[in-house]
Amino acid sequence: MKPPAFDYLRAESIGDVLEGLAQQGGDARVLAGGQSLMAMLNMRLAKPKLLIDIMRIGELRQIERKGDAVVIGAGVRQADLLAWSDLTEALPLVALALPWVGHMQTRSRGTICGSLAHADPSAEMPLTLVALGGEVFLRDAKRRRRVAAKDFFAGMMLTARADDELIEGISLPVIKGSRFAFREVARRHGDFAIVACAALKTPTGVRLAVGGIADVPTVRDWPRLEGSALDDALNAFAYELGARDDVHATARYRRDLVRMIGRDLIGEVLQ
Amino acid sequence: MVQAAVQSANSVDQGGERPWVGRSIERVEDAALLSGRGRFIDDLGVAPGTLHATILRSPHAHADILSIDTEAAKRLPGVAAVLTGEDVKAVTTTLVVGVKAPVECWPIAMDRVRYVGEPVAVVVATDRARAEDAAELINVEYRPRGAVVDPLGALASGAPVLHDGFPGNLASERTFRYGDPEKAFADAPHRFSIDIRYPRNSCTPIETYGVVASHDAGEDAYEVLANFQGPFSIHTVIARALKVPGNRLRLRTPPDSGGSFGVKQGVFPYIVLIAAAARVAGRPVKWIEDRLEHLAASVSATNRATTLAAAVAADGKILALDWDQVEDCGAHLRAPEPATLYRMHGNMTGAYDIGHVKIRNRVVVTNKTPTGLNRGFGGPQVYFALERLVQRIAIGLGLDPLDVIKRNLIDAGAFPYRTATGALLDSGNYQEAVSRAVAQGRLAELKAKRDEARAQGRLYGIGFTAVVEPSVSNMGYITTVLTAAERRKAGPKNGAQATATVGLDPVGSVTVHVASVPQGQGHRTVLSQVVADVFGLQPKDIRVNTEIDTAKDAWSIASGNYASRFAAAVAGTAKLAAERVAGRLARIAASQLNVEVVDIVFAKGFVASKHNPENRIAFSRVAALSHWSPGSLPDDAGQTIRETMFWTPPELTPPDEDDRINSSLCHGFIFDFCGVEIDRVTLETRIDRYVTMHDCGTILHPGMVNGQIRGGFAQALGAALYEEYAYAEDGSFLTGTLADYLLPTTTEVPEPEIIHMETPSPFTPLGAKGVGEGNCMSTPVCLANAVADALGVADITLPLVPARLAELVRGAEPPPPAGGAAVAPVREGDRRLRGEGQALVKGVPEQVWAMLLDPATLQSVIPGCQRVDKITDTHFRADVTLGIGPVSGRYRADVELFDLDPPRAVSLRGGATGALGFGNAEGRITLAPDGKDGTKLTYSYDAAIGGKVASIGGRLLDGATRVIIDQFFTALARKAGGGAPGGGFSLFALLAKVAGLFGGRR
Amino acid sequence: MTRLKADSRHSVRFSLNGKSVEGEAEPRMLLSDFLRHQLGATGTHVGCEHGACGACTIVVDGMLTRACLTLAAQVDGCEIKTVEGLAPSADRLGVLQQAFRRNHALQCGFCTAGILMSLDHYLASNPAPTEAEIRDLLSGHLCRCTGYTPIITAALEAAAKLASSKQETSDA
Repeated sequence: MKPPAFDYLRAESIGDVLEGLAQQGGDARVLAGGQSLMAMLNMRLAKPKLLIDIMRIGELRQIERKGDAVVIGAGVRQADLLAWSDLTEALPLVALALPWVGHMQTRSRGTICGSLAHADPSAEMPLTLVALGGEVFLRDAKRRRRVAAKDFFAGMMLTARADDELIEGISLPVIKGSRFAFREVARRHGDFAIVACAALKTPTGVRLAVGGIADVPTVRDWPRLEGSALDDALNAFAYELGARDDVHATARYRRDLVRMIGRDLIGEVLQ
Repeated sequence: MVQAAVQSANSVDQGGERPWVGRSIERVEDAALLSGRGRFIDDLGVAPGTLHATILRSPHAHADILSIDTEAAKRLPGVAAVLTGEDVKAVTTTLVVGVKAPVECWPIAMDRVRYVGEPVAVVVATDRARAEDAAELINVEYRPRGAVVDPLGALASGAPVLHDGFPGNLASERTFRYGDPEKAFADAPHRFSIDIRYPRNSCTPIETYGVVASHDAGEDAYEVLANFQGPFSIHTVIARALKVPGNRLRLRTPPDSGGSFGVKQGVFPYIVLIAAAARVAGRPVKWIEDRLEHLAASVSATNRATTLAAAVAADGKILALDWDQVEDCGAHLRAPEPATLYRMHGNMTGAYDIGHVKIRNRVVVTNKTPTGLNRGFGGPQVYFALERLVQRIAIGLGLDPLDVIKRNLIDAGAFPYRTATGALLDSGNYQEAVSRAVAQGRLAELKAKRDEARAQGRLYGIGFTAVVEPSVSNMGYITTVLTAAERRKAGPKNGAQATATVGLDPVGSVTVHVASVPQGQGHRTVLSQVVADVFGLQPKDIRVNTEIDTAKDAWSIASGNYASRFAAAVAGTAKLAAERVAGRLARIAASQLNVEVVDIVFAKGFVASKHNPENRIAFSRVAALSHWSPGSLPDDAGQTIRETMFWTPPELTPPDEDDRINSSLCHGFIFDFCGVEIDRVTLETRIDRYVTMHDCGTILHPGMVNGQIRGGFAQALGAALYEEYAYAEDGSFLTGTLADYLLPTTTEVPEPEIIHMETPSPFTPLGAKGVGEGNCMSTPVCLANAVADALGVADITLPLVPARLAELVRGAEPPPPAGGAAVAPVREGDRRLRGEGQALVKGVPEQVWAMLLDPATLQSVIPGCQRVDKITDTHFRADVTLGIGPVSGRYRADVELFDLDPPRAVSLRGGATGALGFGNAEGRITLAPDGKDGTKLTYSYDAAIGGKVASIGGRLLDGATRVIIDQFFTALARKAGGGAPGGGFSLFALLAKVAGLFGGRR
Repeated sequence: MTRLKADSRHSVRFSLNGKSVEGEAEPRMLLSDFLRHQLGATGTHVGCEHGACGACTIVVDGMLTRACLTLAAQVDGCEIKTVEGLAPSADRLGVLQQAFRRNHALQCGFCTAGILMSLDHYLASNPAPTEAEIRDLLSGHLCRCTGYTPIITAALEAAAKLASSKQETSDA
């Protein structure tokens, strides 16, 4: 279990990164916290020709409040964000979800944007980004673009990022006057979610986001629903997610969790 | 004494005048381990020029090896040798197989692979990374065979056969009859029966296997350092396989070993393999197993299908048992299997007084990793059936499960008690143990809690288990697999030789050596206590060495760390060795002090007269005399420089003519009960309280005894709730990482309430019995009984995965909304992905057909295709790179078109193999005119992926497979869209539908 | 910008337990292998090489780090602390180590180094942890021998002892 051979580029500026990506394209990988990528390298699941280490670039390490949004740079570690003094006030849903990401020993290295780039359908940060309706800032050597969360995740471990693009950061909206809830069921504490649900109150009703079932975290907005109308909506949503069996859970169990936890969380945020 | 021992169990106990044995002193091992100075195998230096090995393993569960091309690997700079089965065969011979059958057992595949992870080639290079680079360049051509993973399925007619020498996959079948079970069943008013499937799991030590081997061509002798744990009967197996006499295989163990729990017995095939590699390479070779190798292919406990029936009286008294066990030993019957099945043979009646027993034992081979030693070794499988059945009997008769247990326990006055199947239970008072546990563990309170919880609609249950824990295996128990006649022919095998050496150096300091090979059990500390007591010294005065070197040390086939034999056999033997030396020292001291030998006492560093303690001589002076002045020794004293003691208990006799076997020397008793609550939403099991009563005879070190109990409990909790080596029906291994094979962590393991009672064993020198394995036997079934009680269900299977419990307790699922996607029923274990769809295409069928059959089209729609070789008009080979996100690998693909029915239908069949595994898919496309100058295109596909990606990416695999298929059809659609007359059409709509079916997205 | 070529070895320097060290590594060499086999600091153990078992946990620039998920090249110029740096002197154990020995919080000792590093790091900034917090912290480590509870007892005991000795120091 030793990684395949690759060049290592210690980038000191964003320009370094973009240059490396432009040269090597799909054969280059950005190395941030390394908590997913390094394991894949050790298993030889990934075989990049070039690793670009972005963690020495100071300007990517910023957490900034910009108006009604919080901008988080590509170098911000999960532990940095958890320790950010404004987190609970500005991003209560992130404050709820982040402790579920891995373990303290992996959050201390792993980055927020790295988790998004990896796009594991069970991971908490993609779910949170989608639930909040955030944006991803992409940049290549020539241009910058912003991609809405719902358009960013393209499938299992697939995103809208082009091979020569760097995820420079993300923006998460500060949503005032709402209520948030998050719950996750995993086999053990710290495991990938069998089902993770995030709910928030919206001006017109409620939003439920579910991770761990479909290939991408999936969001549904509803008006205020109650009783059997809510049950029906959750049941339809549960089926639409296309759950499958694996060694940890059955499709039916996953649908059960969506129905039950979804109902609980919606109750919590609408009470 | 008992109270004192228990009180001191949780902290250290260094002072006082009491004997050292029985006290929780600080461990001598700990200072080095706590400061990073342990000496585990990979911490030790190797000879300059030592090479490093990696092993290429089979991605298939069952396949013929058609060819292996190692040329590119051998050409890679840094590569010293590449060995395939043929090369290994040239320098070794097959490992012995534990039953009489014409089968071979090699440490590497010869012409056929029989499980995922089976070694196929060994690459030896200057470092591990380069060896892995080279392994990826080896091209193996396989022809897959049908696989079988289920033990009962393996016996079914028409099942794929693994070994011609095991017809019908049956490696062994024996039936046994003790007493008159037929009459007991005929006469009994009640009969209860249970069918169980015990799952596969493993104790997975955190340190993996390691081997460093070298070969001296001049003497044709091997030197091997391995973190092997014994039994050293395996030394003979290794030497034989390497075709050298035992004295030309020097096997050593490192000072420290990072856990084993039986598992490191399984390193032995790799000792043969790496030794062979060292011989071929002509240099020392080192191999450290990685975690993926360990999970997929080290060793596993057996899974077992059991039917157990009991003849029962109206009061719950069990009159007879009828066992039918089908033991799954995986792909090869590796030594010492089928020992897992026979280790418990004397104990098939558990803690109960049952006179009549019938047993049918079958051993089968399946396409899974071969099995071997694992903590509990056969106990969990037996007790899961027996103790689940006891609960069922209680429910069936309307009795309290605890009352049924009590009604059947062996009477306290009956010890030593001979069980129906031959075990001689040494000592115990089971009734007393149960009543103490019930009181001290506050069972009444737990029952009240259950009542209250249930009144609130919560799912709360209580489970009980009573277990006899055997320890110190009889080396002869495995011969019970042979008939009495076969045994007569083979010669007797029995006993449990333990060895200990006590040496005194020229300054009179004491050294002890034993062949016990610990992996963290603190043997050095306990032996220092035992010997210090004999010599009247302090533990710190005794230096203990537990490494083994078969070229220099005293050892026997029974040496090693297994069957919980340390406290009972090894520590006792050290005591006897020290006493023998002490007896001689007493003679010397008596002559110097002018007193009788009986007046001599060893205390506080002196040898003194009991009657006149002032008349004394320093221990070190007496101890050194043999070195400095042998002439001054009394004539009859003998030397005191070094004494090696061999001890084997006379109670361990071979199986008798009627197949009765005293399979173990000691028998501890465990009584457990627990309360669990199950969450109504998640169906997760939470342990509210777990009480475990142990009588393991005399306790030598309370802290370590409790450590063994807690550790066993945690592993058992894993087996009950989380751990399973899962295989798909096609033999794919599905739990190849520690994110899939789930070990319990701090957040899952509560503190068990441990209660002790000490009934010394009359058969061991210190009165001690083994204690390390008991909870692996008692806890899984105790938790299962509690969960069954909470849910009110009769059948329950481990591990208690919440989703499985959901199947048991939840009624029909709410149906999908009308018009929504239907849910295809999925058979458990079936991992194939199936899909179908249709769409309307512009252009008449002939036009679409031409496009579909165009080789250029095929080339452009295979994802990542780099090159296509046309074999025939309908058969293509291609090199492709497939990737999902960062995960990508190169594959050789083979695509065939068949059942051509132009322009109406065509089938595609393809497979791809590469370093990450293999995939295959089949699809059928039909074309029909839509009546409007267009074509209605219908297709279906069926795909599967196996090998490394299935083992380590199982959670993501289905999604990834869908992505690949999407890539294929997307490309096909683009091609169709671009090339079809009239343009405009694509298969996109169709694909969206497929994606909707499987992925749920729009 | 520094680009290290795949097939050659490059100098890596950092501070290990307060002493500067140097070795050579190819870009792909894992920090765990570099520590163990280049520098001979074998106290950090390797159990899974996919970040799951925690045996290789060390502290890099004040961050808990899985050495098996880190490249040697990444830590050039960093400050690293490993189990070898825990004891006040070669013949004396620190408070946490002593608590482990006193409570039989280790058996084979293979996973222990990583657990000690997590606790040492955590207790430095969380002097009065609850049992639940310790359990949460240590859920990132696997131990197959002890059943964990003696480890938790040792951690809480060490925390109390460290807090009281700090108290004494500040009182003085």
